[in-house]
This record gives sequence, structure tokens and C-alpha cells, in this order.
Amino acid sequence: MSTHENMTLHLKIWRQNGPDSKGHFEDHTMDEVNPHMSFLEMLDLLNERLMQNGKQPIEFDHDCREGICGSCNLVINGIPHGPEMRTAACQLHMRKFNDGETVTIEPWRAKAFPIIKDLVVDRDAFDRIQAAGGFVSTRTGSMVDANAIPISKEAADKSMDYAVCIGCGACVAACPNSSASLFTGAKIAQFAKLPQGAPERKRRVVAMVEQMEKEGFGDCSNYAECEAVCPVGISISAIAEMRKEYVKALF
Amino acid sequence: MSSLQLLQTSVGRKLLTGITGILLTLFLVAHLAGNLTLFAPDGGVAFNLYADFLHNLGPILIIFEIVLIVLFLLHAYIGISIYRGRKKARPENYTYYKSQGGPSKQDFASKTMIYTGLVILLFVVLHVLHFKYNFFIPHETTTLEGREMIDLAYHVEKAFLNPWITIAYSVVMVLIGLHLKHGVWSAFISLGAGNPKLTALLYTIGIIVAILLAAGFLIIPIYIFLNGGL
Repeated sequence: MSTHENMTLHLKIWRQNGPDSKGHFEDHTMDEVNPHMSFLEMLDLLNERLMQNGKQPIEFDHDCREGICGSCNLVINGIPHGPEMRTAACQLHMRKFNDGETVTIEPWRAKAFPIIKDLVVDRDAFDRIQAAGGFVSTRTGSMVDANAIPISKEAADKSMDYAVCIGCGACVAACPNSSASLFTGAKIAQFAKLPQGAPERKRRVVAMVEQMEKEGFGDCSNYAECEAVCPVGISISAIAEMRKEYVKALF
Repeated sequence: MSSLQLLQTSVGRKLLTGITGILLTLFLVAHLAGNLTLFAPDGGVAFNLYADFLHNLGPILIIFEIVLIVLFLLHAYIGISIYRGRKKARPENYTYYKSQGGPSKQDFASKTMIYTGLVILLFVVLHVLHFKYNFFIPHETTTLEGREMIDLAYHVEKAFLNPWITIAYSVVMVLIGLHLKHGVWSAFISLGAGNPKLTALLYTIGIIVAILLAAGFLIIPIYIFLNGGL
């Protein structure tokens, strides 16, 4: 692992013009890669060089670049967000790669996440799952006092463990079945742990599971690959929580 | 949606897979307990009496058999449909795909659930034809406690003196162990074992259950074959 010396990398990057066109890998040799760059900065540098040569830059999603927005969606060397655990691609540094290494970059692949261009996919399916029930209906008007509803520290912590989901979709990308269970489970479990979530719990789980199904995500086989690639480390227990909520809705 | 419709969604299917899987595993435990009576030092009398007791249960036995067939077919049907859904959910596969490791439970056992499952499905059909309907061996009877009954112990002994049957059975028992290694843990998660601190423990329990059941079923054919009889 190099630490100071600039590196040369051989990139194999997925290029695709649009949702219906056929994609292919494009090879680029990147020299002068600073090991302290983030993965996205390395792609910025590549795009700058492409544009200087009059070529089309590579489209990829990014926004905050500090691991909280959930925009980046690169499958790097076969793993969503790359080889570093609990790290989004934007927080992955080039020092994690070796000089002369071949690095492959592919977009999330799932029917429910159609490719828009190159490495950019459409993740609106997640928004529709969220809109189906991932909220609490409250009266409008002045805000409720902060501690009006007593919630134990333990319950708040458990809820937060699921609420940290940034909705990036790595769980779907890594799942051999392309299941969205970890995302949907986390969005359900964060409410299941709080008193505010209780009144609508049955309606919520049924509506969100139904929407997940409609979007064309696959079934879960409890591989737990989702937990392994989740940049914020959400446990597969989120999926178990979703099923527990679902059992409650059955009766 | 009605409860019946709710059971047909992806989460509902998973609940059914988990419940049927656990009930089938419990059946294996009972089946193994019965089989192990072969090792009673009485030349198979206890085993034959146990088999005769089951045969004389009449309608209760038939109800049990129907329930077992339904559990088994439902479990297999959902498993096959989950596998078939994969291609639909990801029409274009990755060129490069690797497991992240760590908490991932992707291993030989979990990735081959569909294949071990299909082999078990085929095995169960042959196994029932073999020992319940005596499809492959002549029917032998014995008289115990003044009643004539099937000499099932003799059937078992005869089968496992054959090296091919012994090998085939042993391989399938190992495959059942592999299926259970992922299956038991998966059933816990499917039925809502939501405590993240328990997931590692549940996985270990699954491995232990898988090893105990596979080893228990393996002992019988291997012992008979190596010992040259019961």
C-alpha cells in the first residue's frame, strides 16, 4: 500500500449512453494519482483530463462528499462503495489501492434502479417506498415540546441505529437477489422503536412492503451482504424488525 | 389487504419459508430420534416396534403425512420462486462481483441453497419410495410381540451394506447439513429475531444444529456399512 508516492491505476469504467442503450467497459490508465485523493477526486481528475482532450466526461453521482448524503453509487472492484467497510465511495481514499492495480467501476445493477447514464442510476424507487409510509402523521401547528413524550435513551439509540440510513442503495447493489429489504427495514424499524411510530405501524409496514414489491426489487435470502456493504453499518436486524412489524400487521 | 394476501408479498413469503423450515427441521429431529433406536442392542426390535407404532396410528399418521407434504412443497415452491426472481430483479449482472466479507453470510452453504434444496427434494421422493413403499427391495416381515410387522431394521441394514446406497445417502446428509447451516439462522431472521447482539449467536446455533443433525443421520449408514451390519 503506497502512502506518499503518486500512483498509476488501470481503470475499467462502465460507460452507457442511456437507459436503453448497450453499455461497455472503457479502459483508462490514470497516472499521477495522489494517494490522499478520495475516489471521487480521482474521477474528477480523470474527467478533467478527458475534457481537455475533447472527450465526454464520465457521469457519476456525488453531492456532499462526506459520507452522509448517500449520492455516490459506485461498485468498485465488485463491491458497492469499494473494499473499505463502513465507508461510502466518497470517503474511500486512493491509498487503499496499490500502484499498478486494475480497478473496475460499475454502476448499481438492479431492475428497480435503471441506469440514466454511465455510473448514474435512478433511485426514485427508494423515495416512493419512503413516501408510501416512512413518516409519522402529526397535527400541524406549533411544534411539540422537545421532551413532551418520554422516550428512554435505549429506545432512542435503537431507533437512531436504523435512522442513520442514508438511502444510498448499496444494500440493493450488493444483494445477490437485488432486495431492498435492508433499506425498507431500516426505514420501518426507526419508527417501530419510538412511541410516535406506534399508531400507524400496521399501515406503514404493509404499505412500504407493498411498494417495495411494486418497484421490482427481489426477495431477501438473509445473505447479510447488505450489512457488510452498508456505509453506516446498519445491521440485518433491521430486516428482522420489518418482519416482526409485518407479523403484527397480520393479526 | 387480508392476512392471506399479506402472506404472498416478499416478506410474507419469507415468514412462510421460515415457519415451514423450522417445522421441517423439528421433523428431522423426531425422525433422527426414531432412527437412533436402531442402535439399541436388540437387533433392531426397538426400531421395528417404533415403526409399527407409527404405522398403527391410522388417521393421525395420514394427517401428519399430509401436513408434512404441504410444508415440504410450500417450502420448496417458495424457495424456487425466490431463486427465479433473481434474474428478473437484476436482468444485467455485474461483470465483477465480490463479497465484502465481515458480517456477510454469503458462503458455499448460502449460495447453494437452491441446489442443496433441489437435491433434498429429489432425495425425499426416492427415500419414501425406498423405505416406505419398498420400491427397490423385497418386502420382509418379522413377528414381534405376537404381531406380524415390516422388518424395517432389516431393510435398513440391507440398504446400507450396499456401498452405492451408503455413499449416496451420506452425500445427501452432508447436503442437508449445508442447507441447515444457512437455513436455521435464516429462519430466525425471517421470523423477526431483531436483536443485533444475538445475530452472531443465532448463526452459531444454526451451525451446531446443522452439524448435529447431519452427523446423527450420517452415523447410521456409515456404521452399518463399516460394521458389516447392525
